[in-house]
Amino acid sequence: MKKLTAIILVSILFVLLFINMFNGSLNFDKISERDADGNYYTEQPTSANMVTSVVVDYRSFDTLGEVTVLFVSSLGVAFVLGGLTTRVKSNHSQSFILKVGVDVLFSLIILVGAYIFIHGHLTPGGGFPGGALIGAALLLKYVSNDTYRANIKGFKALEGTMGSIYVLLGLLGIVTGSFFLENILDIGTIGNLISGGLIPIIYVLIGLKVGSELTGIFDHFMNEEV
Amino acid sequence: MHIVGVILMLVGVYGLLTNRHIIKMIIAINILEIGLNLFIISVGYSEGLIAPIITDINKNASNFADPLPQALVLTAIVIGVGTTAILLAVARKLYQQYGTFDIREMEGGR
Repeated sequence: MKKLTAIILVSILFVLLFINMFNGSLNFDKISERDADGNYYTEQPTSANMVTSVVVDYRSFDTLGEVTVLFVSSLGVAFVLGGLTTRVKSNHSQSFILKVGVDVLFSLIILVGAYIFIHGHLTPGGGFPGGALIGAALLLKYVSNDTYRANIKGFKALEGTMGSIYVLLGLLGIVTGSFFLENILDIGTIGNLISGGLIPIIYVLIGLKVGSELTGIFDHFMNEEV
Repeated sequence: MHIVGVILMLVGVYGLLTNRHIIKMIIAINILEIGLNLFIISVGYSEGLIAPIITDINKNASNFADPLPQALVLTAIVIGVGTTAILLAVARKLYQQYGTFDIREMEGGR
């Protein structure tokens, strides 16, 4: 009976959404205004990857808030699971091959993550996927080895430092007479590795910050009560 | 792709309405979120547009896909990861306290 009601409710929702979205009265082609040349914005893009331009340059304040949300969620996990201190033991015996394989793969995954966030302004990807890869490398370590503990204090310090540098870079914009988080450095040739002004610097900061935050979250989930 | 996104969203709503298992509800929330992200991305794309990355080949092209929805979805994905982490932590704490993931069994300790 409950399932039937749910199905009926969902179908009503679908019909309402469908009527509103697909009867042609809403034109989704115009979500962003185009200029006379057919480009989406009048400003020159500041990096080869336009999404990165939007995320780290035009809407950099938004990204600062986003990083803060991730930080607060990491704090929340630490608050909820903070009383647990002992490392979780898995039920099955640890495979030697898995352990050695993870040791080999670990540095490679870290390297790929660093590559992704260093080239965030040129290729798809950026600080968040790169940071997620670093977190995944440490998660592999945790899963493969029962006694492994990452240096969480070091990661916390890294995270705090990176966040502070991000805010300080934003304040640098005010000091030089423009806006908070204004891209004050020279943009250079679009498509070069060193171009885009502050964008690569900020994406490296974000990558390291996200990686250490995710590692902190994994560490808290890998603990249990005595 | 609009329709696939909407259908995924509705699957998520259905899962939230019918499931009483906390982990399954978290999965339903994630499906809803993926549907919403897919919908927003597909709003910025129509036939024949290319990825918004400037290379040597398409330096003067004007048929880039709209980068704004993609940037917004990047934000939404990261925030989704944060909320999922918190939800899982709370679910684990609840399991410690009640010994079950079923919210009906938690009410009143029956």
